[in-house]
Amino acid sequence: MSASILTAKDAGLAACHDCGTLVPFEGDHQHCPQCHAAVHLRRPDSIARSWALLIAAAICYVPANVLAVTITDALGKSQADTIMSGVMYFLHHGDWPLALVIFTASVAVPMSKIAMLMYLLISVQRRSVWRPVDRTRIYRIVELIGRWSMLDMFVVTILVALVQLGFFASIHAGPGAPYFAAVVVLTMLAAQQFDPRLMWDAVEAKDDR
Amino acid sequence: MLAACHECDLLNQVPALESGASAHCIRCHAVLYRNPPNCIENGLALTLSSLFLYIVANSFAFLKFGTPGNMRTTSLVTGIETMWQEGEPLLAALIATVGVIMPGLMIVLSLYVLLPLYLGRRVPDMIGVFRALLHVREWAMVEVFVVGILVAYVKLAAMADLVPGVSAYAFALLMITQAWTLSAVEPRIVWRRLKAVA
Repeated sequence: MSASILTAKDAGLAACHDCGTLVPFEGDHQHCPQCHAAVHLRRPDSIARSWALLIAAAICYVPANVLAVTITDALGKSQADTIMSGVMYFLHHGDWPLALVIFTASVAVPMSKIAMLMYLLISVQRRSVWRPVDRTRIYRIVELIGRWSMLDMFVVTILVALVQLGFFASIHAGPGAPYFAAVVVLTMLAAQQFDPRLMWDAVEAKDDR
Repeated sequence: MLAACHECDLLNQVPALESGASAHCIRCHAVLYRNPPNCIENGLALTLSSLFLYIVANSFAFLKFGTPGNMRTTSLVTGIETMWQEGEPLLAALIATVGVIMPGLMIVLSLYVLLPLYLGRRVPDMIGVFRALLHVREWAMVEVFVVGILVAYVKLAAMADLVPGVSAYAFALLMITQAWTLSAVEPRIVWRRLKAVA
């Protein structure tokens, strides 16, 4: 990096998380003069908090995928469906666009999100200087796609509400559903705690040497 | 004007932007500033539209399902109630939060800030309310719910008669107005206006 590159931290400034106001940094427990939010140079304990939430999400990911998310009772028979068997259902009915939507939202997004965040956290801890622009882009993708995993939980709610007693069939939420919801929420919180500026701190530290 | 990039911390010299233009960080290309035209006015108009659509979306059924003579209707709220009675309080609470409470809060908080700003007035704790709004945004998931209706529709259409209700269309439009509001309102402009009325 050229010498003209200066970060807020180098200049002794901290940007407010909420309104972006630059304030001279005088240590923690400082508040933004504009919006009164707490001001920090970097998100406090970003790496530790992000890891904690991410590991919790990874643990919940297993029951979320192994256990059934919906249970359909029809004519005395009971059928348990996992996330993946829901995708297969659409595939077998020739409805591959919908299968793709559900696969993306429920399988690809949570899995790649956990993997991408783990990679970002490890890269920060190893003080990697490799392609920071692309890693920042990965962070943006993680932030953008996380919410879409909630799709299946909305679908389960609608199915449970509509297919009830009095019909030939009834649908209930399965034991895996709360775990799946937990994965979505925990990964969103983990992404919020991650501070992308830490990736750039490593780049600058290397340039200064 | 000097601004630190929120993603890489680089200090950028941001020029005055033309209407509709946006400024990006020279190092990591994150969006630093946007300058959407008539930010407060458009934001207010879109929020009022959202309010109307939100009321319609939550007052009527979004799907009718069943056989002639035995139709079951559901709105998002009754769906959440059913979920609760089914013994899934956690899931019911989560869906209520991201599907009903947060989208509603987004509208109410936006109105609380934008309406007085439009009128050039000051009301108590506008700054705190606007900060809260910035944190609420991420948890309002109307667009995900709309796709959820679509998926459920296809899944159930094979089983019995299925009629989309007025609320399904209201939700689809609400998805558009809420996304539009996000792009029409630049928080930095609102902060500047809040400073001016304070």
